[in-house]
Amino acid sequence: MSDKKQDVETTGHEWDGIQEFNNPLPRWWLWTFYATIIWGIGYTIAYPAWPLVEGATRGVLGYSTRTEVVAEIDRFAEMNAGVKAELAAMDANEIPNNEAVYNYAIQSGRATFATFCSQCHGSGADGIAAGNGYPNLLDDDWLWGGTLDAIVTTVAHGIRNEDDMDARYSEMPAFGDDYLSDDEISNVVAYIGSLSGMEFSGDATAGETVYLDNCSACHLEDASGDQMQGAPNLSDAIWLYGSSEEAIEHSVRVGPYGVMPSWTTRLDEAEIKGVAAYVHQLGGGE
Amino acid sequence: MWDYLKLVIYGLIAILAAIASTYARDLAYLVHAILVVAIAAGLFIYTLRRMGHEKPAISGYLDAPIRVGVALTAFWGVVGFLVGTYIAFMLAFPEMNFAWAEGYLNFGRLRPLHTSAVIFAFGGTALITSSFYVVQRTTGARLWNDGLAWFVFWGYQIVILLAATGYILGSTQSKEYAEPEWYTDIWLTLVWVGYLVLFMGTLMKRKEPHIYVANWFYLSFIITIAMLHVVNNLSIPVSVFGSKSVQVFAGVQDAMTQWWYGHNAVGFFLTAGFLGMMYYFIPKQAERPVFSYKLSIIHFWALIFLYIWAGPHHLHYTALPDWASTLGMVFSVVLWMPSWGGMINGLMTLSGAWDKLRTDPIIRMMVVSVGFYGMSTFEGPMMSIKAVNSLSHYTDWTIGHVHSGALGWNGMITFGMLYFLFPKLWNKAGLYSLRLVSWHFWLATIGIVLYAASMWVTGIMEGLMWREVDAQGFLVNSFADTVAAKFPMYLVRGFGGVLYLTGALIMAYNLWMTVRRAPLDESAPATAAAE
Repeated sequence: MSDKKQDVETTGHEWDGIQEFNNPLPRWWLWTFYATIIWGIGYTIAYPAWPLVEGATRGVLGYSTRTEVVAEIDRFAEMNAGVKAELAAMDANEIPNNEAVYNYAIQSGRATFATFCSQCHGSGADGIAAGNGYPNLLDDDWLWGGTLDAIVTTVAHGIRNEDDMDARYSEMPAFGDDYLSDDEISNVVAYIGSLSGMEFSGDATAGETVYLDNCSACHLEDASGDQMQGAPNLSDAIWLYGSSEEAIEHSVRVGPYGVMPSWTTRLDEAEIKGVAAYVHQLGGGE
Repeated sequence: MWDYLKLVIYGLIAILAAIASTYARDLAYLVHAILVVAIAAGLFIYTLRRMGHEKPAISGYLDAPIRVGVALTAFWGVVGFLVGTYIAFMLAFPEMNFAWAEGYLNFGRLRPLHTSAVIFAFGGTALITSSFYVVQRTTGARLWNDGLAWFVFWGYQIVILLAATGYILGSTQSKEYAEPEWYTDIWLTLVWVGYLVLFMGTLMKRKEPHIYVANWFYLSFIITIAMLHVVNNLSIPVSVFGSKSVQVFAGVQDAMTQWWYGHNAVGFFLTAGFLGMMYYFIPKQAERPVFSYKLSIIHFWALIFLYIWAGPHHLHYTALPDWASTLGMVFSVVLWMPSWGGMINGLMTLSGAWDKLRTDPIIRMMVVSVGFYGMSTFEGPMMSIKAVNSLSHYTDWTIGHVHSGALGWNGMITFGMLYFLFPKLWNKAGLYSLRLVSWHFWLATIGIVLYAASMWVTGIMEGLMWREVDAQGFLVNSFADTVAAKFPMYLVRGFGGVLYLTGALIMAYNLWMTVRRAPLDESAPATAAAE
């Protein structure tokens, strides 16, 4: 084989010892090149391609990426139009009673959740990691109520945001700011911990008095919390901001609270009800 | 007289930069002004101390900048691969974005440092250095002007210094592969015009009747990069004492200009320039004539005519009008054969010398390099097809594609070039160890295969997960789901990077020992005289 190659002559030039054979263009290479050029011309006739003085050629197929995507969206929109309208009009608590609507609501809710909610609540709705202030939506502990109706209100208007007049609102005082002494804080933390079976350094018995005087108005005497004002249940061993003594003490001192945006401007009625239905069935809906 | 003029220029630059530093409006500008003062003052003192010294007589080829250049190429390669491997693991373990380094060494700052270190520091230094060597050997003439050659060489290194420090300090115009701010851009323009003049000047005084094909490629690379760089960096500084500037183009025009630039940085920097390298070093190492003169002419002109139109394929399914998208795709597909012309000429040059693959690891490296070139220039046109692009765009597939080209083609041909040049430039009989070259070859090859394969897997998986809809048209996955699913492949990719980096470190050691220990070549003088 190598002998045959050497039959071809070189061009006769030489640079620093490098010569060039006078081999012809490989046939397959040339024909493939021609084929791509012919295909290219054909393609630019079929599709929008050549710029003119105003606009460009539209192509004989009349194709456009924008009409294509509009058609794709319309196809699903048309298919779902009936059930979507039904969902939007339905009373939230009634949704699970209609199988077709409920199924649609959960499918649409899952997609809405993945797109808009997972950033804070985690793609698995577990609050990303326990104790960082983003509520876990898989448990049966509800800050502002776990009925479908309550969840719809929370999603629609959000919590403590300044954009929506109907946003849910409450604020825990920062008890570290002159309200309670260090001892009182340490004791009340011990009392709160004891409700979930934890033992901390403070005096839980003394803490109970501090609790009844300062905390029970919102968290209630039995510490079961008050959904009307978003006061968490303190007796169920579920902790929004962490369960260590330091974490609970921090919560008592600064009174942390989260903010959730209002979604009415970004989601329509059916989407809000859908995502509420999805969250409701994740676990422990009321 | 010229020395006095130089002193005045260096002095003026140092004083102006010192004044500018006192008015600096941001940290990056301040650090850069101080760097310029230091460099100009250093050059001032250097020139002053050498005043009146006898200038050595000029004879033969100018190889001194090439010796510095090959060493720096190896150095920048190791730096670029190291940062790349580090950020690959950052993607697998986000904890590596340490809080104490936030705003300096987080992923967003290190990523452009990596891309610029490999493309412009490693690749650029390799191109400038090898073009200096090749143009002298194939024209039989010394570089047109010694001073200009040194200016181009060190001027380009200053660009690298300003760019790299700028990224870490947050000076960026947010254009991919064109991040450096306005003053660095202006300086690069001056250096590049100098490069063009130097290269043209050397070609003009050539002693050979014809211009060798490698020089066509180098020249097209130099001219086109000048044009791309100037147009894409048109911007107005907010203040002469600050590093921020505002782009002249806006919206989709800006995006189109950016990807016209970005794609042709690949086309003319990483393809045409490196083909110039390939056309000299493969025939030299194989000691065989180039396969086909005709093919080299046809594929050269087809390549440079077609490449410049292919940019819009980076913007399929965006605000870009459909017609531009179509043309970008069509030109990319037609580009397939012209790209492969280079591969055919490289591989077929070895016909009659295939046995060397068994005995010469450097030839093996060059062949694998051309192989990866062929693979990525097939993959590229395929990914530019709209239907494929709708799946592959924004996924890791693109990252894999880029790396099979950069690690496989650009990296391997550069390693081959370095292994060829080190013994020649230091007048050695051969390399310190061919066994180590073999180790480098296998580590690098396996590294690339792991890298590319893992990115195909994650890229296609990611693309499928993003577009997955259920029967009612709802998206199935959240973005975070796709990130979590990629984790195992990110580890494989990182491991591939470790292998590639290890290979480069072995190369650096081997080259160092070649200079220190390898026996001298008794048969030839250090630099063949250019008569």
